[in-house]
Amino acid sequence: MPDIRLSVNGEAIEESAEARLTLADLLRERLHLTATHLGCEQGVCGACTVLVDGVPVRSCIRFAAACDGQAVQSLEGLEHDPVMEALRAAFTRHHALQCGYCTPGMLIMARDVVLRLPDADPARIRLEMSGNLCRCTGYLGIIEAIHAVILARRG
Amino acid sequence: MKPAPFTYHRAASLEQAVALLAQGGGDTAVLSGGQSLGPMMNLRAARPSQLVDIGRLEALRGISVAEGHVRIGALSTHAAIEDGAVSGPLGRVLARVAAGIAYRAVRNAGTIGGSLAHADPAADWPAALLALDARIHLRGPGGDRAVAIDAFLAGAFETAKAADEVIVAVDVPALGPTARFGYVKFCRKPGEFAEALGAVLYDPGSAQARVVVGATGSRARRLPAAEAGLAAGLSPAAADIAALLAPVLGNPSALVLKRQTAAVHRALQEVLTDA
Ligand SMILES: Cc1cc2nc3c(=O)[nH]c(=O)nc-3n(C[C@H](O)[C@H](O)[C@H](O)COP(=O)(O)OP(=O)(O)OC[C@H]3O[C@@H](n4cnc5c(N)ncnc54)[C@H](O)[C@@H]3O)c2cc1C
Repeated sequence: MPDIRLSVNGEAIEESAEARLTLADLLRERLHLTATHLGCEQGVCGACTVLVDGVPVRSCIRFAAACDGQAVQSLEGLEHDPVMEALRAAFTRHHALQCGYCTPGMLIMARDVVLRLPDADPARIRLEMSGNLCRCTGYLGIIEAIHAVILARRG
Repeated sequence: MKPAPFTYHRAASLEQAVALLAQGGGDTAVLSGGQSLGPMMNLRAARPSQLVDIGRLEALRGISVAEGHVRIGALSTHAAIEDGAVSGPLGRVLARVAAGIAYRAVRNAGTIGGSLAHADPAADWPAALLALDARIHLRGPGGDRAVAIDAFLAGAFETAKAADEVIVAVDVPALGPTARFGYVKFCRKPGEFAEALGAVLYDPGSAQARVVVGATGSRARRLPAAEAGLAAGLSPAAADIAALLAPVLGNPSALVLKRQTAAVHRALQEVLTDA
């Protein structure tokens, strides 16, 4: 069983786990960080998206052992992140969630879009968010919320 | 949905990775970005008993420019290429192809080497790199070899790579100042695998012409008759393209033939118009 050392939300973690343990299950089952949701478990739906070494990846198809030495951030770790605070407020204002299942993955991807593409227009945001599925059909509000944060940051 | 049990090795060197593959037999798989292997193992469509993680090997990283070509390390991610890791006109072509693969969170992990090794019949890199005339560098127990992509692609999920070989890098010829690239991928939603795919390289300066159809259900294929016409600057009619595609696609349905014809036709138009 591989021994895994990694940081999760800034905290050093040491776990001994079966090789087949995914990062998503490490977060949810071992560390009880349940903001990370599992939808399709084949990389398509985006609900499980977290940051590994600062960039969004699918935690359902990443083996925890392969994250040894890396820095993982789940939604819990971004509670006081200024972009995330702005996005949470905008999601509320624009009614960008209903059941909330897709929301953690949406927020992780939205933050990446805001920081990586400060000039994105709604069409580009739509394209960038196409890898995150919402089954309450809440896309319009989500796109509007992200665009509002981008516009506010432009000042 | 969880993978079947397996043992995990992180390779400390390319030599060690190759040795582990040679010892492990056909049941041992290389792990790069895991963006194809992960889903397949979760679905238990793949059940390797052993994974050799090459994801940290420096020897497989980096991009370098040499005389006449760019060498792209196998571990280069789609996202890095999308962001311009390769410079110049070739870099812009590669960035465009990369940006159309999956979604950013998948592109952050998925690699060009993994995509070529996986050889999904509907994938982007095999078709695009066939049009660009790439060469694949492999390392096996017997040493290094390089294979032209036309000889590398064998069929659906099949390549000329032996089970104990690792893709180390991909060489892509630089593009001349007059080179043009056409690329048309049809899918029902951004980021999905192609339902039809046309890739065309045309350089009137050197009379180079390569016309490729992807998403064939098997390997991506060149269309030599279309290439001969293109080299002479001719734009084939849709009906002529359909006639060339029908035998390559092996008895396609009317819908598939129409879609593929449109993809190849539009890719050709892209290199032949605004020149
Ligand atoms: C939701 C989703 C959508 C996608 N959409 C697209 C798309 O539109 N177009 C597209 O082209 N692809 C798409 N993909 C696939 C993606 O491009 C993968 O990144 C790529 O196919 C595999 O690269 P990888 O590094 O993740 O390889 P892995 O998954 O790690 O490995 C894939 C296979 O290649 C072997 N392998 C990996 N690296 C090497 C190497 N260096 N040498 C030898 N063997 C190796 C492995 O053993 C395995 O058999 C999608 C994937 C997902 C999850």
